[in-house]
Amino acid sequence: MVGAGHAGLAMSRCLAVRGIDHVVLERGEVANSWRTERWDSLRLLTPNWQSRLPGFGYEGDDPDGFRDMTQTVAFLQRYAEVISAPVETRTTVTSIRRDDEDYLVTTDRGEWRARSVVLASGACNLANVPKVADALPDGIASVHSFDYRNPDQLPAGGVLVVGASATGTQLGYEIHKSGRPVTLAVGEHIRVPRTYRGRDLMWWMDNAGVHDERWDEMDDINRARRVPSFQLTGTDDGSTLDLNAVTDIGVALVGRFAGLVDGKAQFSGSLLNQCALSDLKMNRLLNSFDEWAAEVGADADVEPSHRLDSTRVPEKPPLTLKLAEAGIGTVLWCTGYRPDLSWLEVDVLDRKGRICHEGGVTSSPGLYLMGMQFLRRRKSALIDGAADDADDLSEHLAAYLDG
Amino acid sequence: MSEATVNNGVNADALVAAREALTEAPQAAQFNWRASCEWKNGTHSHSTVEGFFGLGEEQKRSKTFAFDADHPEIFASEDLGATPVEYVLVGLASCLTAGVAAIAQYRDIQLKSVKATIEGDMDIQGILGIDDEVRNGFDGIKVTYEIDADAGRDDIEALVAQSQKRSAVYDIVTNPTAVTVEVK
Ligand SMILES: Cc1cc2nc3c(=O)[nH]c(=O)nc-3n(C[C@H](O)[C@H](O)[C@H](O)COP(=O)(O)OP(=O)(O)OC[C@H]3O[C@@H](n4cnc5c(N)ncnc54)[C@H](O)[C@@H]3O)c2cc1C
Repeated sequence: MVGAGHAGLAMSRCLAVRGIDHVVLERGEVANSWRTERWDSLRLLTPNWQSRLPGFGYEGDDPDGFRDMTQTVAFLQRYAEVISAPVETRTTVTSIRRDDEDYLVTTDRGEWRARSVVLASGACNLANVPKVADALPDGIASVHSFDYRNPDQLPAGGVLVVGASATGTQLGYEIHKSGRPVTLAVGEHIRVPRTYRGRDLMWWMDNAGVHDERWDEMDDINRARRVPSFQLTGTDDGSTLDLNAVTDIGVALVGRFAGLVDGKAQFSGSLLNQCALSDLKMNRLLNSFDEWAAEVGADADVEPSHRLDSTRVPEKPPLTLKLAEAGIGTVLWCTGYRPDLSWLEVDVLDRKGRICHEGGVTSSPGLYLMGMQFLRRRKSALIDGAADDADDLSEHLAAYLDG
Repeated sequence: MSEATVNNGVNADALVAAREALTEAPQAAQFNWRASCEWKNGTHSHSTVEGFFGLGEEQKRSKTFAFDADHPEIFASEDLGATPVEYVLVGLASCLTAGVAAIAQYRDIQLKSVKATIEGDMDIQGILGIDDEVRNGFDGIKVTYEIDADAGRDDIEALVAQSQKRSAVYDIVTNPTAVTVEVK
């Protein structure tokens, strides 16, 4: 197993239950990504109850709360201890190759030979930075959310936040509150209410079966895998952090970041449609919740159906912005992440370097994948999604070993 | 994929098949679109559209399409054709409308009528060089659809929104494009 995040640990537990001898190789400590790659104020956007790992779950008295990073790390650390996961920490995998029937796993602490390998090294190892970032004028800092920790790290002055999914809206809000005026460039995004009809969004996703939708039942799984993250944050009061909420505190919305010429940023004229699409999609989701509630007779358990106000789009958002003149000191790219499998020397990557798989099963016998967006189910990349995937894939893996 | 009962004159299955084929062979997805334009007199020009390149080879049309462009008489022109900016509006409206039909077919929505009006506001102080702060192009473009279809309002709005998301001309108009103009 490569990686001791929740996905690797969940798989470790499932293999242990099946009596399969294994080792988990981890370049840092357990929960390394949560320890080293997240911003200071980050809290999970999934509630505490929604972290049901194989043989373990939330034990505290605040099931509806949202963990901060210290609590998230402690939770996973404890999971590793409870299941006695055989983790080799400080062990970086530098290559994996096929060798006859086996895989040869090279690390900075020696070689392992394995009949089967599970890649649980994470979906968010590298920052996606658009190419235009190279053209930013001197004197304007270029920071990706991957390296962002808190507003104090940024130079004084305005901040252009690019991307309005979970990360961009959260950071835009926090940075604007710190006294650095934020302009938020909005591309495709998925708006959702934190609370709907008196229940948390995740309660609906879970109960209405949306999270359990399977990869092999989707019309277009590739598209489903590319959908951006929910525009969502873990809030104590159940309030929603959407574009209206950031507009309320004074963040300026502009269109998708489209180009950069002579220090002048260009924004797409598509803002209105991006917001319209997002509102329509949200209402489709809420309609499906309403239908589900009516169908299973849950209407009495929840508050009456309601809709959010449409996204307020500025009448004439600027299409260009001279960054230096507008006082922008930083461009913060909240443009997503991608996995790093550059060390994988097995022929399972497509022409864009992405790993090909069918629900986590690769075409190379015995090589499996965990923790990717919509790997087997809509919830696959979430902490709560690992249990079912690990169960399915460990079964497949066991059958393979029995061969 | 699509029900036989819904017919918008779009072969959605062929579109889906093409999408799958081009996912497998992305080099065939490289297209080259062209037009040629010849000056006639004054602001009048005559453009033709004929061949294009795609699916790995040169493609021929059933015929040559011709377009005359000119300016109206208030610009001291002869009004022998639509203005170039109106061709842009035509391009955008027809692209979005084709998209509405294709997406409706894919989503099993029968269209009865689709009408778009499109308008672009322009302050011509820009093109006349009177005021540097005024851009040459449109301040904004507004498209209004009237659609009669076997679907609810949300579904119709979703059709129109999705067609913008997938439209080439919408992208061309809303995003910057590098333009190279050379003299032979
Ligand atoms: C900003 C952010 C917020 C998120 N919020 C939530 C949330 O609220 N709720 C939720 O359920 N999910 C959330 N996720 C999604 C998901 O749960 C996390 O991405 C999670 O970290 C994924 O777990 P994982 O085990 O798949 O990967 P990771 O936690 O990334 O674990 C992979 C492990 O592999 C190790 N590794 C990588 N390469 C090597 C190598 N070559 N050799 C050895 N070890 C290696 C890494 O050090 C790491 O410890 C969030 C993701 C991000 C980026």
